[in-house]
Amino acid sequence: MTQIGQPISRLEGKLKVTGAAKYSGEYKVPNLLYGYVVSSAITKGKIIKIHTESAEKIKGVVKIFTHLNRPGKAWFDMQYADMDAPPGASFRPLHNDEIKFNGQPIALVVAETFEAAREGASMIKVDYQETKFQTDLHSNLAAARDAKKGMATLLKPPPPKPTGDFEKAYAESDFKASGEFIHSTEHHNPMELFTTTTLYDGKGKLTIYDKTQGTINCQLYVGNVFGLHFKNVRVVSPFVGGAFGSGLRPQYQLFLSVMAALDLKRHVRVTLDRSQMFSFGHRPQTIQHTRFGATQEGKITALNHTSVAETSQFEDYTENVTNWSSMMYPADNTLFEQKLVSLDVNSPMDMRAPGGSTGLHAIEATMDEISYKLNIDPLELRLINYSTFNNAEKKPYSSKELKACYLQGAEKFGWYKRSPQPRSMSRGQKLVGYGMATGIWDAMQLPARAEAIITKDGKLHVKSAVTDIGVGTLTVMTQIAADEFGLNMEDVLFFYGDSKLPFAPIQGGSFTTATVGTAIVFASKALKKKLLKIAKTSNEAFKKAEIEEVTFKNGMMIYKDCSISFLEIINTNKDKPIRTTNFGYPHALKLRKYARAVHSASFVEVEVDQELGTIKVTRALTAVAAGRIINPKTARSQVLGGMVWSISKALMEETIMDAQLGKYINQSFAEYHIPVHADINELDVLFVQEDDKIINELGIKGVGEVGLVAMPPAIANAIYHATGKRINRFPIHFDELMES
Amino acid sequence: METESFTKTHQATTVTPRTITLSINGQQHALTILPYVSLLDALREYLDLTGTKKGCDHGQCGACTVICDGKRIISCLTLAVMKEGAKITTIEGINHPIQQAFIDHDAFQCGYCTPGQICSAIGLLEEGKVKSREEVKDSMSGNLCRCGANQQIIDAIMQVKGGDNE
Amino acid sequence: MNNFDYQKAATVSDVVGKSTFVAGGTNLIDLLKYNLTNAATLIDINTIGEHHDILEIEDGVRLGALATNADTAYHPIIEQRYPLLSRAILAGASAQIRNMATNGGNLLQRTRCYYFYDPHAPCNKRLPGSGCSAINGYNRNMAILGTSENCIAVFPSDMSIALSALDAIINIKSEDGERSVDFADFHRLPGDTPPIDNNLKPGEFITSIDLPLKGFAKNYSYLKLRDRASYAFALVSVATGLELDGDTIRDVRITLGGVSHKPWRVKDAEHYLIGKKADRENFSAAADIILQGAVGFAHNTFKIKLAKKAIVRNCMMALDPSTQLPGAQPSA
Repeated sequence: MTQIGQPISRLEGKLKVTGAAKYSGEYKVPNLLYGYVVSSAITKGKIIKIHTESAEKIKGVVKIFTHLNRPGKAWFDMQYADMDAPPGASFRPLHNDEIKFNGQPIALVVAETFEAAREGASMIKVDYQETKFQTDLHSNLAAARDAKKGMATLLKPPPPKPTGDFEKAYAESDFKASGEFIHSTEHHNPMELFTTTTLYDGKGKLTIYDKTQGTINCQLYVGNVFGLHFKNVRVVSPFVGGAFGSGLRPQYQLFLSVMAALDLKRHVRVTLDRSQMFSFGHRPQTIQHTRFGATQEGKITALNHTSVAETSQFEDYTENVTNWSSMMYPADNTLFEQKLVSLDVNSPMDMRAPGGSTGLHAIEATMDEISYKLNIDPLELRLINYSTFNNAEKKPYSSKELKACYLQGAEKFGWYKRSPQPRSMSRGQKLVGYGMATGIWDAMQLPARAEAIITKDGKLHVKSAVTDIGVGTLTVMTQIAADEFGLNMEDVLFFYGDSKLPFAPIQGGSFTTATVGTAIVFASKALKKKLLKIAKTSNEAFKKAEIEEVTFKNGMMIYKDCSISFLEIINTNKDKPIRTTNFGYPHALKLRKYARAVHSASFVEVEVDQELGTIKVTRALTAVAAGRIINPKTARSQVLGGMVWSISKALMEETIMDAQLGKYINQSFAEYHIPVHADINELDVLFVQEDDKIINELGIKGVGEVGLVAMPPAIANAIYHATGKRINRFPIHFDELMES
Repeated sequence: METESFTKTHQATTVTPRTITLSINGQQHALTILPYVSLLDALREYLDLTGTKKGCDHGQCGACTVICDGKRIISCLTLAVMKEGAKITTIEGINHPIQQAFIDHDAFQCGYCTPGQICSAIGLLEEGKVKSREEVKDSMSGNLCRCGANQQIIDAIMQVKGGDNE
Repeated sequence: MNNFDYQKAATVSDVVGKSTFVAGGTNLIDLLKYNLTNAATLIDINTIGEHHDILEIEDGVRLGALATNADTAYHPIIEQRYPLLSRAILAGASAQIRNMATNGGNLLQRTRCYYFYDPHAPCNKRLPGSGCSAINGYNRNMAILGTSENCIAVFPSDMSIALSALDAIINIKSEDGERSVDFADFHRLPGDTPPIDNNLKPGEFITSIDLPLKGFAKNYSYLKLRDRASYAFALVSVATGLELDGDTIRDVRITLGGVSHKPWRVKDAEHYLIGKKADRENFSAAADIILQGAVGFAHNTFKIKLAKKAIVRNCMMALDPSTQLPGAQPSA
């Protein structure tokens, strides 16, 4: 039986349900010091004085670090840049007296206990000189400009160049739809607080337990910033309590923990509190505009999509908001634009389905609007404009089974029971609405290394520095490796979450399974060759065997009717393990001719209370075409998670900026609403068959983001169908739907 | 600018630590702590029982749920000194069918909210007050899950609970 | 959070005349952690031997101040005779918090105003004279009734909304002896003294809450409207108790939550309804009376209309309490 395709339960499950899984703040460390961060109370200006006297008197307080006494460190901004740094100058904690955003870390109180550090932090008073700040996107649109280009632009290209003559085509089109779409700031808010525990071993070596999506990214950052040899910095993160993009860059608790450990020559743990979880990266607030034109028959002829997003004053964070429509719908006349406005906030950051979950709302709500104007079923409109060609890149897709998503999804959901007119369906005191939308996400793959080993006892070990932020990487990589050698899951061990293991990029963008999975395939192929080579030296029967003629099963290498066990091969190898480390990479030449994407279609039913406007997503289905699904159980959970996020994004989630105070005012789980169990009703996931022989060895595309692109607009569209009200601001508040 | 924060200022007090005994998972643990140590921090930082999680430290997420005298409570908003004499059960002391049900239903991803969800679910089952799936969802709503495993969590609980899944 | 001394009290006389008691801790310890309050000594009142029970008394039922919210909501006497109170309690907070929080503490919980919780934002409730950030700030969840130019914060309790409708009486002990306060006279409007939430004087101690005999067990409903289905504070909530004679209203209570610095009950509206038919039209007219004088702010004007609709809906739900849903959501 092959392991790939099996719904195997998470291998670390037992550790997680018994409390035995150790997260970054949970390692037992003797004589540990605790650091508590003091955050800026102003938004912009200078620190005049930090009064630390009363905090220093607290019993147990060891040292208070500020910009005045922090140890020297890297001088050049470049060295603060991490793998995911946008163009600009990365933020440097405790660098000087300048305040660039509210909540900026300005001091670290280090004490013998957590309580003393917290108490000390609460007693620090700061004198500031405050200057005028701008934190409101809407009143600063005049400052919108193009983004600077840099390394990150490679993964996030600017929107495609204009094609045809949009203005003319739009003016002449039979049917038009347009809209303004406003999205609030969101914060990742993983359940685990950002924590770093730095172990100082006294010989210049550091072991760092960090909450991150990239062990090597953090290793390089620490090495660069503190001038340490990379080999002396080990970052370990086997369990990560959620991240959703917030761990793609090293956060400031890592810097502060390492700084204090090096200075005090002690082990130091720094944990942010929940309000401080709102002081770093976030999904930027955006304002989008769309104008789509269509023919009488429903063919989209003109696409215009523009976006203005906020960024900080020191980095140009961008995400692809307006690139998507021409990847989906083949219109000849297109005009896309993305602008930034610098505000006095920290830099935004990738947050689950960055750009896609923002842009697709505007695109798919506009498509919905057109369908009503044309009196065409929204699903039919998508089919009319269906194409397996990516018009933005002018290339065919390596595979695109979106049509199967549409048709199978509609069938399973019961889409055809929908009555076309808005406000035409009801159930008791509730208006009922059906909405649908399309989803798309890049199917990316990056280079990575992996090591494969046949151990002395004939088992397979596979190693990568990659993290498992809860997406199932451990289980999925074990399945891939097991199948390479025809082994049972029990005979394979995957080592991960450790910077001393072979290189893996940051875990994000839905590219991890393709990236690390392919590296494992490459390493396995090399290891198999090595096994054959060794077998040939001891076993006559294998002398003439070519690697293509050999199969592997249950710890045996088989050639024709002969077989040899791994243990025998190990024996030939003088009882030493056999290992290889290899690079896995995308086939650039082959792939150059193709566009690559994962697709989905979401179908949503909502109930809206006729009188009060309260909204309930009663059921939803997302059909996904994501190439080969390694583990349908964990992949389903990934998509379900994205669907819960969709409900959150459309109806609940927003970080509220008070522009007069220049700060976020709902920095807590009580007031930053994410769905509770009572908000989640029937959710269903359907994976359609999609065989992609081009994309990579395993035909993998990735499922991390695709659950969160189609469903938010499908919810908005369902609300329109239920009520006849088109609300283009997310989150949608129920009072906007209240009966007038 | 006015630099004083608007909080009341306070003076450092000279309170000395006291030795208390906590009954956790059937074992007596003596520890010497200051009164302002929360039960959650006592478990995690003083007793190395890190299965109980800190997600917000303000009673807003449920990750720190433990069972105290048979009832689910949040350990972040109670003090260790207030729980002398109470019988406390943490995830480390639990061996219950709900754990396997969580694994079978894939009722977690990152796993960070999981111990709190499990303690809360056991509390719910023992309270015996809620019946329907809708009631279970409402009664479990004090436990947030950011990975979005909500449906699988409720599926796991309903399987163990048995009865009406409507 | 500052360090403090800790003592366990054995009797009520150990605590009267003193300050900063901890019972459930669900609000106080939170406030301590946010540095919104401090204490030199925290007196644990859970260890007091009495006031933990729900007892039948001659003219009603007595809720011990130290009984937990959960034990109260699930007590057979409350479930059978005062189901409105059960429903309201179960609409608040989470199961865990209700297992900890006590009845006395519920009445004393502080507002959830964003700006009150932010130690660096001006707030007259936290620091008198510093200003109110909410009036010109983001005030979606703020008050529309009984506000002052100093404060538009909302009292967040659900339990208290039902207690107000049930005409509860609060029993208080102090060094001077005992006194009882009608529920309507306990909580205050912000006026010129936003820091003072209620009329409990320093050194006083709530021992119990009495419920009069009339419990509206046949026709009652609690409705709570919020930005998610559970575990969130109300934007608007309504407690309704009805006593019917056929379809004529013999007695009625309506209290609004989430709209003011105290539970909002307008007896004129109840008098208006008595003797009238229990229908939408009359409930709607009563709702207009209840919302008289309501003033919205930039982000919460919707609450005026929402509250009116919520009152009508909840009164209609009270005609058939079986339509109530978990989490006090609007009926199907």
